[in-house]
Formats: sequence, structure tokens, C-alpha cells
Amino acid sequence: MTRIIKSYVLLAATFAILALGVSILGFGRDGAYIFHGWLIALAAGWALMWQLNKVTDPEPEIPLEYKDDVIKWGVLACFAWGVIGFTVGDILAWQLAIPSLNGDMSWSNFGRIRPIHTTAVIFGFGGNALIATSFYVVQRTSRARLASEILPWLVFGGYNLFVLLAVTGYPFGITQSKEYAEPEWYADLVLLFAWVAYLYLYMKTLARRAEPHIYVANWCYLGFIVVIAMLHVVNNLAVPVSIDVPKSYPLFAGVQDAMTQWWYGHNAVGFLLTAGFLGMMYYFLPKAAGRPIYSYRMSILGFWGITFLYLWAGSHHLHYTALPDWVQYLGMTMSIILLVPSWGSVFNGLLTLNGAWDKVRTDPAIRFMMVAMLFYGLATFEGSFLAIRPVNTLSHYTDWTVGHVHAGALGWVAFITFGAMYNMVPWVWKRDGVYSLRLEAWHFWLALGGTLIYVAAMWNSGITQSLMWQTYQPSGAFTYAFIDTVETMIPYYWMRAIGGFLYLLGALIGSYNIYMTVRGAHLPDEGADAKPLAVAAE
Amino acid sequence: MEHAKLERNGIAFALAILGVASLGGLFEIAPLFTIENTVEEVEGMRPYTPLELAGRDIYVREGCYACHSQMIRTLRSDVDRYGHFSLAAESMYDHPHQWGSKRTGPDLARVGNKYSDTWHVAHLEAPREVVEGSVMPGYPFLSETRLNTKHLSGSLAALAAAGVPYTDEQIEWAARDAERQADPEAEYEFELYDLYGENLAVRDFDGNPNEVTEMDAIVAYLQMLGTLVDFDSIDQEEIAR
Repeated sequence: MTRIIKSYVLLAATFAILALGVSILGFGRDGAYIFHGWLIALAAGWALMWQLNKVTDPEPEIPLEYKDDVIKWGVLACFAWGVIGFTVGDILAWQLAIPSLNGDMSWSNFGRIRPIHTTAVIFGFGGNALIATSFYVVQRTSRARLASEILPWLVFGGYNLFVLLAVTGYPFGITQSKEYAEPEWYADLVLLFAWVAYLYLYMKTLARRAEPHIYVANWCYLGFIVVIAMLHVVNNLAVPVSIDVPKSYPLFAGVQDAMTQWWYGHNAVGFLLTAGFLGMMYYFLPKAAGRPIYSYRMSILGFWGITFLYLWAGSHHLHYTALPDWVQYLGMTMSIILLVPSWGSVFNGLLTLNGAWDKVRTDPAIRFMMVAMLFYGLATFEGSFLAIRPVNTLSHYTDWTVGHVHAGALGWVAFITFGAMYNMVPWVWKRDGVYSLRLEAWHFWLALGGTLIYVAAMWNSGITQSLMWQTYQPSGAFTYAFIDTVETMIPYYWMRAIGGFLYLLGALIGSYNIYMTVRGAHLPDEGADAKPLAVAAE
Repeated sequence: MEHAKLERNGIAFALAILGVASLGGLFEIAPLFTIENTVEEVEGMRPYTPLELAGRDIYVREGCYACHSQMIRTLRSDVDRYGHFSLAAESMYDHPHQWGSKRTGPDLARVGNKYSDTWHVAHLEAPREVVEGSVMPGYPFLSETRLNTKHLSGSLAALAAAGVPYTDEQIEWAARDAERQADPEAEYEFELYDLYGENLAVRDFDGNPNEVTEMDAIVAYLQMLGTLVDFDSIDQEEIAR
């Protein structure tokens, strides 16, 4: 009985998304928006037909093994969005170095394509990496198959539809301008659908676990899913103009909108780019090193410290602004304390390698993960440092912030992802290791070199520009006009674009390596992982 | 509660996460809606006219906020370069805010009336012809695109639903008023003053009297930025922080 109710609920939700798509394509008045209506309607229509087919089918026999097919698609989507995101990012870097590359056309200008870069990397690359690895980890650590045959595909499909709607809308100017939450209301609804399904699926799978305790990696993934749901809903509250046009106006204005936005923005970093990837670290690093996590207590401290403190830290993006001072000081204080659980996680990860440090030298995947922990430590230290008000006067509005974000995104998020993927891809596809360790090492060194060049360029440009803005002559006049500070940036912009290109090159080599691994020979179907599940799935 | 117990119960764990994670927002965001002096009381603030709003929508659409802030901090180097520090009241009708996070280009919170319309048009069309060394993209297409005013009534209505005090009359005549504000003859100047107050520029902004373009709208918006609040009448205690 409950099974039938569940399928009706799911059908109704899918139908609602279909209705949304049909309304948009029917009432919409501009091309990109109508195209989005078609995309939503086709995807939802397909999902609906597929589910209806399943309803009438006799109940299929669910195999006694892990459900890994959707994970494979997640891996491919992760690398595809990654290459798109890195490429657009490097194009943007070159546009700053050589401004004529903007082309001065609406769709090609920096302002419109910057969110393609941020969305493709954060949500396309990062999000798919998290969905794929979380499905892998929750099954292994619970010794249970994913709790549904349908939901994993709806989560994956719905989520990627959201990313596709987002990045195809920006060149046509469809944006609500809230950083990292640019997509308009209808794309937000699609994400909400996928996200509720994700939360439900994750909880149900945990409920089926054969282990009494929920492993720490799952705490992190769960924190990521729950908190992103909360942030997404609150920050995207908006009043749409009408169904004819994509435009909406956010519900909050001015100071409240700014605070809500940076509460969201900082915690997209805290829970998507940090908690989620810590979940990845807590499973793949000990697994690859063959050592248990160093300290259980430190895991608890790190997890709850991050879950509590991060949500208070957003106001450090608004120092000396029209936001009331008490919120700024509170945000600064919490940001500084946040260093404790952050570094707790860093040491917990690094010390896990005790007894396996030789593998850092021989296994590039472990090297990726080890360096990821170092960058995580660096970026969280830098973050707490930049949150201090006087320091912030030097860094805010400059490239230093950009460098800080990229130390985190390139050095931590992407490095831990690559490390995890080089382990997980052979496991999921049942291959005998990665295609080429040599290429893996090339990827590592290009990525590390690119990151260091990028970050060093941005530190220098940020501090230089800020000091120039604040330099006075004895008469009390400014020494530099604004444009003087722009011209000084040009060599650093070149340096950043070159660093970014090296990083992209590494990612291309990595993608090729993953592709060749997938194409490689299948291992014989035996061993512990082949038929591991004792209890039948419901 | 002992952690070993908590980590045996998935639902309790998820609820604990939600509870712990919602504290920050409850203590930092919710009070901003209730504490009265969060937004100062000042003279002069009014909602955007339809033409200015259309310009603001273009500013959002083009992603100008990616490189320009609209927030002058209380720092001396900010105030000396850009003018009086920004008040919360100055963005009270900004759905969404455009405070920004990066100054690849200068702050624009008080750019209004700093340069001529002609300067803005030439600069937007080809930035490096006007400012050598600029890294800004060019926006020549704004001058060639007729301003779409069809949805403006809907925009004002949506903003009114979000709390901006637009009257029914302003909402109904939004498209007409946008055209009237860019009218080179300024024939309906006083009707607009009646609707939106007298601190309002009525003229042909883009130097092309034949058509109301997107350039008219964006220049109208840029030229009013930071010009509304009457700083002479301000009670210094009200804005002291």
C-alpha cells in the first residue's frame, strides 16, 4: 500500500514539474525562456512516462548488490561540467588580461558569462562529485543498496537539469544577480524537487543500514544536504513578475537581502564546498591509505563545530558596510573560532596517513588528497584571517578574495575530488586500477603548479591594488586614480590566466585518464564486492 | 545526549543538524527585520521610476555587480574617493541589493550626476575610447536595442508585493511613464513629478531622440544612483554607527 502512495506522490511531483515546463513554453515570450520551458517539459515528461511504465510493470527483482549505475553517470557529469567550468573560467581570465576578448556582444561579455564559470564549477563539477560519491559512500558504509530504483535517477537528472537551465540562461541575461544563486525562480523549483528527493533517498538508505552506527562521512553528506536545502529555500524567496517572463524580484531588500545573500553565499562554501567534501575525505582517504580515521572525537568536534559556526560567519563579507556593526562583530568572532573545528578536520585527515606516508610518494591519488588537506588548512586559516575587520580593509573588493576562493576551490575541493575519483572510478567500473599512473602524476603536478601560480598572482594583485587605493599624498589627495590601479593589475591577470590554463590542461589529462580507465578491461566478477548484500532490498 | 546514541538514529541526526545550523540565521538575520534602527529614517528616498527600474534590470542582467560595488564603506579611503558612506536606507527599495563583492571597476553607489549623459553613453559603448587602460567590456548593443516596456507594470506590481510602496496608479501607467521620462521634449515633466516627486530627471538620456532605448534606461539609472538622500537634513545621530 505505502508503495503505491509513494509512487503517486512521486508521479504528482513529476507532473507538477511537467506543468511548470508546459506553462513556460506556452506563455513565455522570449526565446531562451521558451527553450527552458521545452527542456523542463521534455525532461519531466520523459521522467513521467518512465515512472508510469514502471507502475504497470510487475515488480522487478532487485539485485542483491549496490546500485552503482547512476554513480557512473555522476562521475561523467562531474568531469564534463568540470572541463566546461574550467574552460569558461580561463576564458574569463583572458578577458581581464586582454579586454577586447569580450567581443562587446551581449552574450559574450564578462558579466554574463562569469556565472557560467561559477555555476558549472560549484554546482556542475562539485555537486555531481558529491552526489556520485555520496551514493557510493552511503551504500558501502551502510551495507545497503540505495533505497529506491527510481529516485537516484530523478535526483541525478533533476539536478543536472537545474545546472543546464542555469548555465544556458546566463548568456541571455536570465539571472537574479545573487552570487552563486543566480538562477531564476523556475530553475530553483526544479532544484528543490531534486533536492527533496535527494534528502528522502539519503535518509531512507541510512534507515536500511546493516551497521548500527552512521559513519562520519554520512554526517557530513547529510549536513550538506540538509543545510543546502534550508539555504536554497530562504535565499531564493522571490516574487515572479509573471509566467510570460523569467524575471523575478527577491522578497527581501537592501540590508536584509545582503545579509541573507551572504548567509547563503558563505554557507554554500561551508556546506557544499566544505562539509560535503569532508564527507568525501572521511571515506576515501582512510580507504586509500588503508588506515582508520585518526580520531573519532576530533570528527565529532569538527563536524558539529562546522555545523554550528559556519552559519554565523556570513556577515564577514559585509564589514564596514551599512549592515549593523553588531552583526559584523558577531560574524568576525565566529569566523575566527571556526578555525578550530576546521583545523581539527585537517589534522584528523593528515594524521590518518600516519603509517602510510610512503603512499604519498607512490600513489598520486593519495598525494592529491594529502595536498587537498593542506590547501584546506591554508584556505580556512586565510578565511579566518580575512574575516578580521582591519585585515578585511586590505582584502575586500580585491583579487585577494578571488585568490582565497580559488585556493579553496582549486586546491581543496577539486584536489580531494580528483583523489577520490581516481580511487572510485576503478572500483565502480570494476577495473584493475587507473589507466595510467604517469598521466595521473602529470595531472597532479599541472594542477598544483597552476593553483600556486593562480593564488600567488591574486595575492599580489589584491594587496597591491588595495594599497594603491589607500595611498595618499602629503597634501591629502590620492596618489593613484582608480584607472592607475587597474593598469597595474594587467601582468597579474596574465599570470592568473596562465595558471588557470595549466590547471585546465591537467583536468583534460585527468579526463582522458578516466575515460581510458572506463574503456579498460573488466575485472572478473568475484570477490567481496560482487554480491555483498545479505538482506533483500524492499 | 550522548553522541553514540545520536549517530544510531538518522532522523534525530538530521533534525539535530537542522536545529544547530538554523541558530546563526535566527540570531543574525531575523533581528534585522525587527530592530528599528537597522534602516535609518532619512529624507528623500523614493522607489525607482519605471525607467530607472528598467535600467536597474539591465544592470542586473549584464552582471555589472560582478565588477562594481554599490557600497561605500565607512573607511576614510572609501569616503574620500566615492563620497559619504552608504546608508542602509539608500538600498531599502533594492530587490535584490547590488552591494557587490568586487571592485574590478570603481564603486558606483554615488556615480549619479558625476559625469554627463554623453560621457556615459560613449563610455558604455566603447570604454577604452574614453578611459584608456580600462578592462570593461563594451555595451554598444544597448544603444541599438529598443527598451521593452511591456512587463514594467508587472515588475512594479511584483515589487509592490515584496513591500515597495508603489501606488496603483504608478503600477498601471508604468510603461507610459518610462517613455515619458525619456521624452526629449519633457512634455509630461510635471505629471511625473506628481507621481514620483521632484527629484527626478526627465530628458533624452542616450542622445537619440527618436527612440527609447536600453541605453536611455541604464543611463537614467546610473545618473540617479546615490542622489536621492538629502544629506544636509540628516540627523547625524540617526546614522551614527
